[in-house]
Amino acid sequence: MSVTKTTRRVAFGMVAAAAVAASASTQAVAAGHGINLEGKTVEFLIPFSESGGSAKWANFFAPLLSEALPGNPTVVVKYMPGAGSTKGANFFQEKRYDDGALIFGSSGSTQFPYLLGDPRVRYEYNDWNVVLASGTGGVAYLPPDLGARFDGDADDLKGIDFIYGSQGATRLDLVPLLAWEMLGMSVEPVFGIKGRGDGRLMFERGEANIDYQTSSAYLKGVVPLVEAGKAVPMMSWGALDEDGNIVRDPTFPDMPTFKEVCQATAGCETSGEKWEAWKAFFVAGFPAQKMVFLPQGAPQEAIDTYTAAFNAILARPDFAQMSEVTLGVYPQLTGKGAQGAKAQATQVPAEAKAFVTNWLEERYGVTLK
Amino acid sequence: MDLLANALPALGEAFSLILQPQQILYLMVGVLLGLSVGVFPGLGGIAGLSLVLPFIFGMDPVSGLALMVGLVAVIPTSDTFASVLMGIPGSSASQATVLDGFPLAKKGEAARALSAAFASSLFGGLLGAFVLTFFILIARPLVLAFGLPEMLMITILGLSMVAILAGRLPLKGVAAAGLGLMVGTIGEALAGGSLRMSTYDVPYLIDGLKLVIVGLGIFAIPEIVSLLRQDRAIAKDASLGSGWFEGIRDWWANIWLSIRCSVIGVIVGIIPGLGGSVVDWIAYGHTVQTAKDKSGFGRGDVRGVIGPESSNNAKEGGGLVPTLIFGIPGSGSMAVFLGGMALLGYDAGPQLITNDLSVTYTVVWSLALANVFGAGLCIVLSGGIAKLTTIRFTLLAPFLFMMISFAAFQSRQSLGDLVALFAVGLLGIFLRRFDWSRPAFLIGFVLSDQAENFSFQAVQIAKSKFRFGTDVGLEYVFSPIVIILFIVTVISVVVGIRQAKAVMGTGDVPTGTKRAPLIFLLIVTAYFVVSYFNAAAISLQTDRLFPMTVSLVAIAACLALLVRMVRSPESDVVFADGEAGGEDSDAPHGLWATLAWFAALLVLSALLGFILALVLFLVAFLRVRAGLSWAKALLLSACGIGFMIFMAGSLNRDFPPGLLQEFVNLPWPLT
Repeated sequence: MSVTKTTRRVAFGMVAAAAVAASASTQAVAAGHGINLEGKTVEFLIPFSESGGSAKWANFFAPLLSEALPGNPTVVVKYMPGAGSTKGANFFQEKRYDDGALIFGSSGSTQFPYLLGDPRVRYEYNDWNVVLASGTGGVAYLPPDLGARFDGDADDLKGIDFIYGSQGATRLDLVPLLAWEMLGMSVEPVFGIKGRGDGRLMFERGEANIDYQTSSAYLKGVVPLVEAGKAVPMMSWGALDEDGNIVRDPTFPDMPTFKEVCQATAGCETSGEKWEAWKAFFVAGFPAQKMVFLPQGAPQEAIDTYTAAFNAILARPDFAQMSEVTLGVYPQLTGKGAQGAKAQATQVPAEAKAFVTNWLEERYGVTLK
Repeated sequence: MDLLANALPALGEAFSLILQPQQILYLMVGVLLGLSVGVFPGLGGIAGLSLVLPFIFGMDPVSGLALMVGLVAVIPTSDTFASVLMGIPGSSASQATVLDGFPLAKKGEAARALSAAFASSLFGGLLGAFVLTFFILIARPLVLAFGLPEMLMITILGLSMVAILAGRLPLKGVAAAGLGLMVGTIGEALAGGSLRMSTYDVPYLIDGLKLVIVGLGIFAIPEIVSLLRQDRAIAKDASLGSGWFEGIRDWWANIWLSIRCSVIGVIVGIIPGLGGSVVDWIAYGHTVQTAKDKSGFGRGDVRGVIGPESSNNAKEGGGLVPTLIFGIPGSGSMAVFLGGMALLGYDAGPQLITNDLSVTYTVVWSLALANVFGAGLCIVLSGGIAKLTTIRFTLLAPFLFMMISFAAFQSRQSLGDLVALFAVGLLGIFLRRFDWSRPAFLIGFVLSDQAENFSFQAVQIAKSKFRFGTDVGLEYVFSPIVIILFIVTVISVVVGIRQAKAVMGTGDVPTGTKRAPLIFLLIVTAYFVVSYFNAAAISLQTDRLFPMTVSLVAIAACLALLVRMVRSPESDVVFADGEAGGEDSDAPHGLWATLAWFAALLVLSALLGFILALVLFLVAFLRVRAGLSWAKALLLSACGIGFMIFMAGSLNRDFPPGLLQEFVNLPWPLT
């Protein structure tokens, strides 16, 4: 009799304690340590169309974010493509923080025009509050016959006419184009393709004989070709370690990085103006390629709420398995890490900018005016 | 044989997966959603898919696929309503349907046209799925055989359809197509990023004009304005002629045409990079070329509906090939679809065929099944919905203006969309008035990007191939496919020019004085000249070659027309002027007064934002122009605005903001 009573009392006590704890935590959220988005619709704005890598990335996070944010708001991805992603970014620049129901996803293609002083850019990264930074990498690959001539250095690839399907020299393609040039390879870009998928198709059709893809696209689209003997990986762009050094890409540990290939190749130097410029734009374009921002004027509790939500997503036991296919094995940074990544991605030494601007004009006749 | 041994069990598995009550239910939900979104011109599959995407995550894969496929599959079916009933091309898939579908509606045969279209859609969708079932196993090498020279040839084949759609004067057709091509080059060049006929000061123009806006402006606005001026119902005498059963009989009588066009749809659909924009024009051109009696085309020949509609649903099936086995989406909605598949744990790519063949077949046959449900439902509904064409048009028009403005705004979500719509609409009105071929203009516009890029890229690659050796280069440029397509193109042009006169389009067009047609020609010529010099000032050769060449050809055509104008009497067809006689000149309302209403909606939107502007516009229009009582006018306006807000709210869309919103923070939907 007394046993049951005690048990019941204990059970009651535990429930009560739990209830108090629960209400306390809710109060904590309500009392300024976070924002509640119950009943709201969070707009995840991306300045691209439905078909690119950013759309894939945003759609990957949207449902997870909906589960992780307090109040479980519906999260919808909104597309605002145009003017090489500057249109959507300019639109976001005009927005002030309102109720926390608007976030923006930028990409390397938004960062590069900003860094290169594109006249269409009216946005300022310093005004925005970063809550997530997603990295990625890239892999260059060759057809089997040319791949056989590649043995860790590019010495035997000189004198071959390479054709490469490119989206434009001022986009992320700047990184591979400059890298190949540094290796002494003569790569003629065919401009005007609409996405990297089209570049891969040109490669598969035998029209292009060199190509690169970002990591997730490489894993999905090119690895099957490699397995079928129709393509050979050449090098990855690498990844950054904590001290900012370029090391092997964790997703492709068996592949040499461009830095290694450059060191092995006659005439290619991993120091000096050209190398620094390449490295600066690689860092801006890949290790912090995609970021999530809250608009200017966002209070700390909103930033904390989103940071906590992304941390919760990253801590999910199934996150690694889910993200591997879509995002690859790359750091997903929040908090301080994200701020560091943002700084790296949006601050490029003036010399590197000047070098690239000049190179674009001399080599491709492209001016940003 | 091996392939077949794998395919049959996978096919069986796919059917057992689809034919579960739960999956069928999800498919039906998708179909119903797709139909209700699809009737809205300009929204299409992307809006619908974005609506369900938040719910896809965590769903059972087959149900999720069924839901998405059901939605995507019926979009090219449901947009037929707008094309046939209102003359509004709902999406790129139904541009050609407007040419004969809308005249049929005007003759009071909307039900017939709709049911013929849906029967063709249904059949095209089924045939497409059937062909795909076997073809998808061996499609990869064939898809890879279509390189840039081959795609360029298909683009040229599409352009050659101008020959048969040029109207009475081939020269005018050439000039109209040239104008379309040039309007297509406005904005940032894809190759080098140089600006053409635009500046950074007008950001709107940098991205060029979108097909939605050009389609609405060129086809829908001139028709709406013309009908509004005449103040009658769409169907003449407001009576409905033949019913929906007639349409199905028409389709059955032209079954071979339907088969041929479906096959065209599948083949063009599977080539990545071409998209759906040429399919219906090639199908329409083919329909006209192979018909014995061509006199009815453009004036309401039901075959002109059957051809393109058979091809556009078959194309959806064909479009699955690049989407599924290469992971390259053929359209915006396919891209969203791929995103949805990734949420379900499936990634498109070659491995989908080798490892998950049953999933692939689930998609293919869900598509077919959705077509059957969707088109079947539409056939049943078409008799009732066709009654819309008997309503006095003045009561419909304000709501149509509301819908097309909203649709246009979806293109770029900027007030510029509405200005562009109005400007293109004005151009469309003049093209119609002076009997310049609007289909030729649209074909030029649609193919402008592709024609420029494919030719530029093909030339660049060919150059490097020739560096490897002359034989390598020749093999690349003159592949068997290129040669076959070249022969087809030549035949199509020759046949087209010989027969174009039989396809009269709008019927006999009266001629009036010389002045108006001459002024219009001079303005168009001036635009070409300005574009030529604008392009010539570009420093990058890659970005200036195409607009310079096109404008030179167009200037030549314009000059030849000018010579003919100088030499001919006023009664010559070169002076065709819709205002000089016929329906338009007898209309009780003037062109400018009617257009002013639409302009008022625009100006008000710019000042007050779209919804507030709409309130004023609808009430004023219904009260003043339509002459309704205050009560009726208010009631109808409230219904229209309620509908608009409901639609935009559930699809999570915004409205164009105006000057007022700059200063005052208003809650949605007034933002």
